[in-house]
Amino acid sequence: MERARAAPAPEKIRRASAWTDKKETMKPASFRYHAPKTLDEAVAVLAEVAPDDGRVLAGGQSLVPIMAFRLAKPTHLVDINGIKELAQIKVDGGKLRIGACVRHAAFYEPVCDGPLGRLLATVVRSIAHHPIRTRGTFCGSVAHADPASEWCAVVATLDGEMVAQSQRGERIIPAKDYFAGIMTTTLQEDELLTEVRLPMPAPDTRVGFQEFSRRAGDFALSMAVTIYRLEGGKIADPRVGIGGAEPRARRIAEAEAALRGKQPGADVFNAAGEAAAAAIDPLEDIHTGAEYRRDLVRAMTRRALDSAA
Amino acid sequence: MTHGGNGHDYPTPPPASERRVLGHAVTRIEDRPLVTGRGRYAGDINFPHQLHMRVVRSPKAHGRIISVDASVALKMPGVVAVWTNDDIADLSPIDFRADKNATGIREFRQPALAKTYVRYIGDPVAAVFADDPYVAEDAAEHVALAIEELPVVMSASDPPGEFEPGRSSEAIVLHHSFGDIEAAFKNAHAVVEIDVQTGRHSGVPMETRGAIGVYDAAKDLLELHGAAKIPHRNRETLCRMLKRSPSSLHVHESHVGGGFGIRGELYPEDLLVLVAAMRFKRPVKWIEDRREHLMCANQGREQRHLARIAVDKNGHILGIEDEIFHDQGAYIRTHGVNVPNRTMCMMTGAYKVPAYRAKARVRLTNKTPAATYRAPGRYESTFVRSRLMDAVAAKLGLDPVEVRRRNLITADELPYVIAFNEPGIEELEFDSGDYPALLDKALKAFGWDKLQAVMKRRRAAGELVGAGVAIFMEESGRGPSDNARIKVDPDGDVELITGGASLGQGFETSMAQICAEALGVDYQRVRVIHGQTDLIDHGIGAHAARATVLTGGAVHVTATMVREKAIEFAAELLQTPAADLDIVDGMVMRRGAKDGGPSISLGDIAKRVAPGSKLLRGRDPQLAAHGWYNTDHTVFPYGVHLAVVRVDRDTGKVAVERFMVAYDVGRAVNPLLIEGQLVGGCVQGLGGALSEEFVYDESGEPLSATFADYLMPTLHEVPDVEVLLTEDAPSPRHPLGLKGAGEGGINGAGGVIASAIDDALQMPGAITRLPVTPQRIRELLRRRATA
Ligand SMILES: Cc1cc2nc3c(=O)[nH]c(=O)nc-3n(C[C@H](O)[C@H](O)[C@H](O)COP(=O)(O)OP(=O)(O)OC[C@H]3O[C@@H](n4cnc5c(N)ncnc54)[C@H](O)[C@@H]3O)c2cc1C
Repeated sequence: MERARAAPAPEKIRRASAWTDKKETMKPASFRYHAPKTLDEAVAVLAEVAPDDGRVLAGGQSLVPIMAFRLAKPTHLVDINGIKELAQIKVDGGKLRIGACVRHAAFYEPVCDGPLGRLLATVVRSIAHHPIRTRGTFCGSVAHADPASEWCAVVATLDGEMVAQSQRGERIIPAKDYFAGIMTTTLQEDELLTEVRLPMPAPDTRVGFQEFSRRAGDFALSMAVTIYRLEGGKIADPRVGIGGAEPRARRIAEAEAALRGKQPGADVFNAAGEAAAAAIDPLEDIHTGAEYRRDLVRAMTRRALDSAA
Repeated sequence: MTHGGNGHDYPTPPPASERRVLGHAVTRIEDRPLVTGRGRYAGDINFPHQLHMRVVRSPKAHGRIISVDASVALKMPGVVAVWTNDDIADLSPIDFRADKNATGIREFRQPALAKTYVRYIGDPVAAVFADDPYVAEDAAEHVALAIEELPVVMSASDPPGEFEPGRSSEAIVLHHSFGDIEAAFKNAHAVVEIDVQTGRHSGVPMETRGAIGVYDAAKDLLELHGAAKIPHRNRETLCRMLKRSPSSLHVHESHVGGGFGIRGELYPEDLLVLVAAMRFKRPVKWIEDRREHLMCANQGREQRHLARIAVDKNGHILGIEDEIFHDQGAYIRTHGVNVPNRTMCMMTGAYKVPAYRAKARVRLTNKTPAATYRAPGRYESTFVRSRLMDAVAAKLGLDPVEVRRRNLITADELPYVIAFNEPGIEELEFDSGDYPALLDKALKAFGWDKLQAVMKRRRAAGELVGAGVAIFMEESGRGPSDNARIKVDPDGDVELITGGASLGQGFETSMAQICAEALGVDYQRVRVIHGQTDLIDHGIGAHAARATVLTGGAVHVTATMVREKAIEFAAELLQTPAADLDIVDGMVMRRGAKDGGPSISLGDIAKRVAPGSKLLRGRDPQLAAHGWYNTDHTVFPYGVHLAVVRVDRDTGKVAVERFMVAYDVGRAVNPLLIEGQLVGGCVQGLGGALSEEFVYDESGEPLSATFADYLMPTLHEVPDVEVLLTEDAPSPRHPLGLKGAGEGGINGAGGVIASAIDDALQMPGAITRLPVTPQRIRELLRRRATA
């Protein structure tokens, strides 16, 4: 295998460890580092290096640890942190548009009025720990698609849209066509996720979120995002999204059906929890058996509904 | 030259209020470099022209090595060599520290590089040496291993397999007993049996392991840097293995980022850097990465106990019997079979147990080797004993606290001797204490009675809350000897050279306090040296709560010698009877004198007794001494843990609402540091009780090789630990009354959490296994719901 360190470094391709004082070596396997300044440049570099296992580097909070373990050995990294146009967050046409370089920590204070800003400000507090939130990005989470990503659960519940850019053009992928499985999405390897768009729910929408993790800041073993409105005292437009329990986050129609048209209350919320627990096809591992995962989904769904305000 | 105790009883030492610095919560003297980023850990130690080592580890849990192909790695620029076992064929496997345990188990020692078989994932198979650490790591990935897989044994409860052809993986069966066990069970009013286990758990220090080997050919001197815990004892083992004399091999400790019993033992990598340094005539450095640490450093605790207890109708214990399945992992490392032995030896705790019989099956499995971890054998045995006491209470319908109280050894029964039938097993002689009194103090401080009422109300409102109590004995300060050298500089600064070691526990401060108290100087003027075998020939190190007791004893003895010498000369210089003199703040003066009286500083005395001084008149120059503290006793601190937990019935999660460590330390050198030890230990104990576990899949793959999978409690998961430190029972076996404090925070944590969860669930005996994960709680609740 040809190694990066043997090749001469072209001008715009800095060595990964140029900042270390002498030796050009490091804990991860060698790679070439690219730091484009514009979106066009980034997409061009990505097109060039993607076939050769080139990857986007956003906040690095998922990618860098797995590189340090050498579980991932990308040969090129395209660092998008220097692209100013990707750092934007704005409301536009009834949608919240979150650029690729917007960090988790940006959501501590509501980024927009109404239920969406509140929901995001609640959810962000369950993602990792503060230092990680200051680097990790919303879009990075959605690109990485960990089954237990809180943002993925939010995107799935709200039917958000992913904006993918490549040299071939721009593509808008709805959530239902985007999440494909454990850490897999329908984003192509030469595509940069430039933006995620979340629809703004009506102002009277109630939003709830609950998750269960072994310790504060750990990836959750299950989570629920619940959203509904009241029409004449009855639940309308219910959405129940479950994350962390299946290979990908998704809305659970059975739980939504258990809510629709009902008066909110313990029995109805319990029924929705039961429906969600029954509907999922649980991930299983040595720490979390199927039955336990269902227990958690049941509890989180009910509690999210309880907490919805 | 030699002073110090050898078994006789000392008078009761004065309390802190009558002392100047000993016993006071003074701040640490070692922190300045640590908090200003000037610490010097193994990773910070570098030598010119050093090589870096990377270990190629087995990806299979059990197998026969067919081939190791390093041809690609060897061609990579910067790679100097790749070793396999063939390159170190003459090196003995890693030896036991104490030879006395070695009969019948030597065959199970670990070679520095696997020879024919690999026995766990992470087992070192080859070592790559290169000019750069990451070149070595790159090259290591290109060393191709061909391994023929063999069946694995993943549990000590499973039938034993083969360690190697023809050799059972049950290495040895150990026995401890006393009294008439048959009669105890025959005459019992009731017998209860339990089947319980402690999970695989270990100390995970912030600093991973590191070793730097340096060979000075000009002096024929071999040095190991990055050592910790027991530099002197490791030197002995290394000398034996490398066939070198002690004066030609030195071990150096620098800052150490945590030890907990696992850091500082000799491991394959320590041997490899030393042999390589000699062979390549270049320094060789190795720094472990976190993944390696979680797969290769000593693990511990994993035991299953089939225990039964016989009681009379009042709940008095008649006998305890236990069969232990001790999961030793892949090899028997430096401690030999110390952990199962300590488990059996401390099983009866602070209770009067007339008859006892225990058997430990030490079984090899295809997991990371196991050894000592903070409170080895005690965390385990306190858990088992607590489970037994709760089972008795449930069976007889008695209050769990009352059952415990009834069985405690009382103050008038001390010293209390436990002698075992088996030859060669050291007897226990509990030296001093009042165990029921500490229990009462702890219950009172915790507000136990009021708590019961509060919990009752909360339960009625639907909450699952519960509380528990665990009582335990600790052991510390086991002999035989330690020594110290003290010298007063002409400017009055004091150099104190010890054979102790510092793992971050505040060793420097404690030793400075003991020295300063005896000598009458400011403790901040004492420079404390530790962990350097070239500066002092013997040292006990820092393990098994020994440092403060033994090294502290030696410091006290030596400082007293220097004091006497200073006063002897001062008496001549000041023309005052020695008996009237005292040393205050480094000045020798008339006892009780206010300002103005004749005085002389220690620094001035040091100047006046320089070599050649007329004052000496045949006496040795220098204001200095070398003293020893010898003992053939162990001292026994004791403690009580109390906890309140709340269980989330939907998720099974346990929240620890309160935790108290009540501990009698005899005499505290520094209550602040002891509190730190107790709280830190407690947090580790909660980890083992609730979340930390080294889990393996059925093929031997370690599933806890990152911090995302090995769940240490964080600030969010632990309550503010309450500490009740008492000094009611100074040890009569120690000149300062000291007992150790390193392990009292962790000892009872598993036991007490199990009791509290049982209570919260109102299911006596429900908890049979640590850690108590939320999933296991949910299973219990489900079983109860369907029952
Ligand atoms: C200790 C710890 C705890 C954590 N806990 C949680 C948690 O509870 N919940 C949670 O959701 N996350 C958690 N994380 C992960 C964290 O939120 C990451 O920030 C996030 O998963 C990835 O975002 P990033 O910007 O860091 O992406 P990176 O790590 O830079 O990239 C991740 C992957 O996504 C790709 N990628 C990133 N951005 C783009 C893009 N714009 N277009 C195309 N591909 C892209 C990268 O190529 C890479 O493959 C935790 C991380 C740590 C270290």
